Amino acid sequence: MSTLAPPRPGAARPDKSPPVEVKRWVPSSRWAWALGVVVLWVVIWALTKGNDTLALAGRERTGVHDALAEFRDSVIASRADNPLIQLTYEIGSWFTSVVDWLQRMVSVENFPRPVPEIGWLGVTAVAVWIGLAVAGWRIALLVAASFLSFGIFGYWSDAVDLLIVTFVAVAIAVLVGMPLAVLMGTGNRAVNAVMTTILDVFQTIPTFVFLAPIALFFGIGASGAVVATLLYALPPIIRVAGHGIRTVSATTIEATDSAGQTRWQRLTKVQLPMARKTIVVGLNQTTLAALSMATIAAFVDGPGLGQPVLDFLKTVNVGGAFVPGALIVVIAVMLDRTTTAASEYGERAARGGVDRKRRRIMLAVAGVPVLVCLYLSRTYSWAAEFGDSTWGPRLADAVNEFFGWFTDTFRDLTQGFKDAISTVLLNPLESLLAESPWWLAAGALLLLAFVLGGFRAAVPTLVCVAGLLYFGLWNHAMITLTMTLVGTVLVMALALVFGVWMARSPKVDLALRPLLDAGQTIPPFVYLIPVLALFGPTRFTAIVAGVVYAAPVAIKLVADGVKAVSPTTLEATRSTGSTTWQEVTKVQLPMARGSLVLAANQGLLYVLAMAVIGGLVGAGGLGYDVVLGFARSEEWGFGAAAGLSIVLLGIMVDRIARGAAQKTSR
Amino acid sequence: MTIMSERVEETAVDEREPALSVRNLWKIFGPRADKIIGTPDADLPRAELKRKTGCVAGVKDVSFDVAPGEVFVVMGLSGSGKSTLVRCLTRLIEPTAGTIRMDGVDVTTASEAELRDLRRKQVSMVFQHFGLLPHRQVIDNVAYGLEIRGVGKKERRAKAAEIVSLVGLDGFEHSYPDQLSGGMQQRVGLARALAGDPDILLFDEPFSALDPLIRRDMQNEVIRLHRELGKTMVFITHDLQEALKLGDRILIMRDGEIVQIGAPDEVVGAPADDYVRDFVSEVPRSHVLTLKWVMRAPRPDDSMDGPVMSCDTIVRQAAKAALASEHPVRVVDSQERVIGIVDDDAILRVVVAEEDHA
Amino acid sequence: MRSPRRRLTALTSVAAGMTLTLTACGGGSIAEETEANEERAAEFGDCGDINMAINPWVGYEASAYVVGHVAEETLGCKVTYKDLKEDVAWQGFGTGDVDVVIEDWGHPDLEKKFFAEQGDGSAMDGGPNGNVGVIGWYVPPWLAEEHPEVLDWENLNDFAEEFATSETGDKGQFLGADPSYVQFDEAIISNLGLDFEVVFSGSEAASITAFQQAEKNKEFLIGYFYEPQWLFAELPLAKVALPPFEEGCQDDPAEVDCDYPETVLKKILSTSWVEEGGPGVELVQNFEWTNEDQNQVAKYISEDGMSPEDAAALWVEENPDKVEAWLPQ
Repeated sequence: MSTLAPPRPGAARPDKSPPVEVKRWVPSSRWAWALGVVVLWVVIWALTKGNDTLALAGRERTGVHDALAEFRDSVIASRADNPLIQLTYEIGSWFTSVVDWLQRMVSVENFPRPVPEIGWLGVTAVAVWIGLAVAGWRIALLVAASFLSFGIFGYWSDAVDLLIVTFVAVAIAVLVGMPLAVLMGTGNRAVNAVMTTILDVFQTIPTFVFLAPIALFFGIGASGAVVATLLYALPPIIRVAGHGIRTVSATTIEATDSAGQTRWQRLTKVQLPMARKTIVVGLNQTTLAALSMATIAAFVDGPGLGQPVLDFLKTVNVGGAFVPGALIVVIAVMLDRTTTAASEYGERAARGGVDRKRRRIMLAVAGVPVLVCLYLSRTYSWAAEFGDSTWGPRLADAVNEFFGWFTDTFRDLTQGFKDAISTVLLNPLESLLAESPWWLAAGALLLLAFVLGGFRAAVPTLVCVAGLLYFGLWNHAMITLTMTLVGTVLVMALALVFGVWMARSPKVDLALRPLLDAGQTIPPFVYLIPVLALFGPTRFTAIVAGVVYAAPVAIKLVADGVKAVSPTTLEATRSTGSTTWQEVTKVQLPMARGSLVLAANQGLLYVLAMAVIGGLVGAGGLGYDVVLGFARSEEWGFGAAAGLSIVLLGIMVDRIARGAAQKTSR
Repeated sequence: MTIMSERVEETAVDEREPALSVRNLWKIFGPRADKIIGTPDADLPRAELKRKTGCVAGVKDVSFDVAPGEVFVVMGLSGSGKSTLVRCLTRLIEPTAGTIRMDGVDVTTASEAELRDLRRKQVSMVFQHFGLLPHRQVIDNVAYGLEIRGVGKKERRAKAAEIVSLVGLDGFEHSYPDQLSGGMQQRVGLARALAGDPDILLFDEPFSALDPLIRRDMQNEVIRLHRELGKTMVFITHDLQEALKLGDRILIMRDGEIVQIGAPDEVVGAPADDYVRDFVSEVPRSHVLTLKWVMRAPRPDDSMDGPVMSCDTIVRQAAKAALASEHPVRVVDSQERVIGIVDDDAILRVVVAEEDHA
Repeated sequence: MRSPRRRLTALTSVAAGMTLTLTACGGGSIAEETEANEERAAEFGDCGDINMAINPWVGYEASAYVVGHVAEETLGCKVTYKDLKEDVAWQGFGTGDVDVVIEDWGHPDLEKKFFAEQGDGSAMDGGPNGNVGVIGWYVPPWLAEEHPEVLDWENLNDFAEEFATSETGDKGQFLGADPSYVQFDEAIISNLGLDFEVVFSGSEAASITAFQQAEKNKEFLIGYFYEPQWLFAELPLAKVALPPFEEGCQDDPAEVDCDYPETVLKKILSTSWVEEGGPGVELVQNFEWTNEDQNQVAKYISEDGMSPEDAAALWVEENPDKVEAWLPQ
């Protein structure tokens, strides 16, 4: 459920341009003001604590919640003759038939055949050949290893199903997303602002809120899975590709405009080709986002590896869930490396770095064994269906054993750590945020937003605070905000330590990157159980789950930022005889401040995105409310209000952070 | 303003239609900029205008003509509005007011299609930062203008190959821009501008980003191309040496306004104000001034034995012969009438003053 | 490997080698199996399709796969299993996506929407499936053994401090459950004057892990749980006695001060699917078994790590007489 997360273009493309001059970090008067606001807050809190907290009793619901539920009910009641639902259902059944057809071709039996039209050997051979054709033999080897691992670990059909759903969803995302990206890349400021806000909402709204409505509008199974995946995967390509188109060199645009090109020529001959690399990054982000929806899609019977992950969750079998979860990571790495390599390879080929004639002959010759494999896989069972193998269960057992040992060994330590953080950080902060009267907390947030980010932060904050009050879940929103803030502090601590370490040592970087990739793509459901075993069903477990998910992004951003510090400056520092500590704290970190701010912002949003997962492990707050709304029909309105509150919370903290960052950089 | 109107009258004497004619051109950036022109605010200095209206005047009431085949240089320091001016000429920046005519076509009122046509066929531009397409080979960069006109691949590549060789890039047709040095990239930019065979070439500080030696080569290249092709050129620069070297006439701009328009010797010999005087003070005058600027009126007792020279002869070129002769030089106009006398003292004054300066 | 030609040779030989080894060990021909399938399909009558919703817990899975196995193997129906949460499953009745929910713990709101009395009539009650749900407050076995007093609610306050955690401060922690279950614990706690606070685990997996860890580490834990559940085979949780359920004592959610009633689990069926009729419908309507039966299959799945298909097949093989009773006459 990496899913709920908003990987923004910022995450994909941290601002590469290093700040040229070293700006001294002077705690400006703004921070003094902010501190003043907090002190005042604490003083008033001490006097008014516990009043007007707007906490709802267990089953208390507001009119807004009921209205939302009623609206949903009226949609359900009208489904037989609602033309919109009929249209979406039609689209949904089209998705289903496409996926179904592809499945019968390559992953499930096509009755009366006992196997698909093309068995594993043929599918693998074709995939390897494609890898060879688009990106060379290294990638071909990677593809081969990945596809074989699907079968060896016993999840051939599920893995290929996931690839099918991802492929269909990403294809539609590109078809729908590219025109929108062009609009965003060429439109004026107003168009941009509107689209950015819509994309923000799409990326922060918890999937659980719209999963049931999607099933209602598009149907259950492949159609619901494709649509849920599509909705989540669409924003990255729009954002990143739009950004790429927008940032094409203005000089080149001007130069080619002066040659008298039409708008269409400008788009197709200049903007799109020059933004190609960024568009590929966007495509990658979209693909990864689609994969991270795998487990969520399984909640509406979406085919793919998410199903076995959820299955094993029923019996709390960590090792069992780990195997399909790890295969999702394998797919993510395979697709990521392949698209990146294909983009580079394509460029090299275009620049004449590849001998086209030889390549053609080679591909033709390589096609022969592919055809043989295809034939075999259509004819013989062994080439069509992967035989049983014990690799999967053995790996699962090993993982279970490891986690058993790990939890037994470290449980006392982790419980102590949890208690310490809870007492020192979590409880006081939650008390301040959630036990303040609503007017105090709201006023303090507004003031902080204004002090830190000026009107540009204060106005969105005002809108969001009003929205939170309207949706009637103020108290839970404050609890969730507390956990998000504590999670962000932990994320930044990790990001600073590991980010600097990675930036200073290429070996560490090389070793950690794959782990970080895995942390980002492995479904949280896989590591939820061990984390639960270590910390119990508590707010802290939810925070840890959020940290595991958010830390990789933040660490990468910090590492890239510190690495981008100009070597000349570093050299100059060394020549003055600084110690390593001085070098890090006085030069590298201050100069990478832009990246640090971005990392904190992204970290915060990623932690917030895990709020719903937190709801599944004892966090309470808005996350639990969303889960409740998804689990019980009569609570849907309540859950939807909670989901929208998470969106508001996300936009609020994002705008405050951005406002603060902008003011700081000025 | 007076200088300018004089100039306009003067060029109007040229019987041919000007290649480019600009009248009362304004560009004001900011909200409701068009409302400012015609009000007293328009005459305010830049800073005051900005304070009062929030608008910035880029180009203020500029008029000039460029004759066919002329090299017309617009010179000014950064922020003087020269780059804005050149962009207004093809409406890469939309002018706020005024008219521009190119070869009889009114650019300012042209429709989008007409404007596109004009940019495709009549005028092309060379940019300071090249603006090449990084994903295309040199040959396809050069052919770009032809491509968007709809010229077939074979034909446009053949034409582009010709131009590539004209600018001395033989052998680099299939390189990519990032494989070339800055000077070579600008040759590509030049070739791209030439490929469409335009009547007018606009240069926006094309050589400022280049090393001094390469800059000199490129300037010579432009002089050569101008000799060979005879195109009308409008050349933007902040470098006075470059302006004097290339320009038939020079327009000096400050804060969006014209300070002076004149031939190189006029600018050096008769600066319009202190600003220009300061500007040209470092120029080796003997390299620029002609005899016209150093002669005195003939007197009856002048020797008639000295050499005869045209009044357009540059002092430095005249110096050797003048000093070698015992008699002063007689300066004649185009009708071979003696209009002045230059003696050794006059020559030495120019040359020695320069040495003092140095 | 730099030269393409060498690469080609390498590729071809790898492929050839693979072909040889693989042909050597493989045997079965797909064409034969296809024919067999066609014949089998022709033999069976027209049983039709069953779209079986799979709600996410093991006991449900056990019931569903046993019915599905019988339908497929004995009647020749085509059974499609669909992993769905309850809400989404009920939505599917009207669209033909779902025909059967085999174990329902009571969803008054969904019944209101989809049963004929008040809703669109797309779903109908398929009668009890024989299982009885026992919901209540449970503690891990070690605790029941060492402090049998906790099994009576009246003694709970004496242990409140022991049950306290970082989440609840001085109060005892009561572990609420997966929100899929209707829970009145907050009301019960306050109406019985207990010094406890509810912390919701949020999911069944979280509750199970909590009980497992509590048992392993001998920690105090009390929470909402239910039977039948596969966990009981591994960890026989002990039920805490609350004031017994009486008719009407749970009618007002805010005033609840009694134990949960026993829940008769039932089948929910798609109305249109039942109207079509056929052996599959009859089988599902006839299906009924006991908690022990379900626990047996659940144990195969959870403890023995069998796939639901295999677990169902094994149980069906072991209990031919019970299966016989469900078959259409």
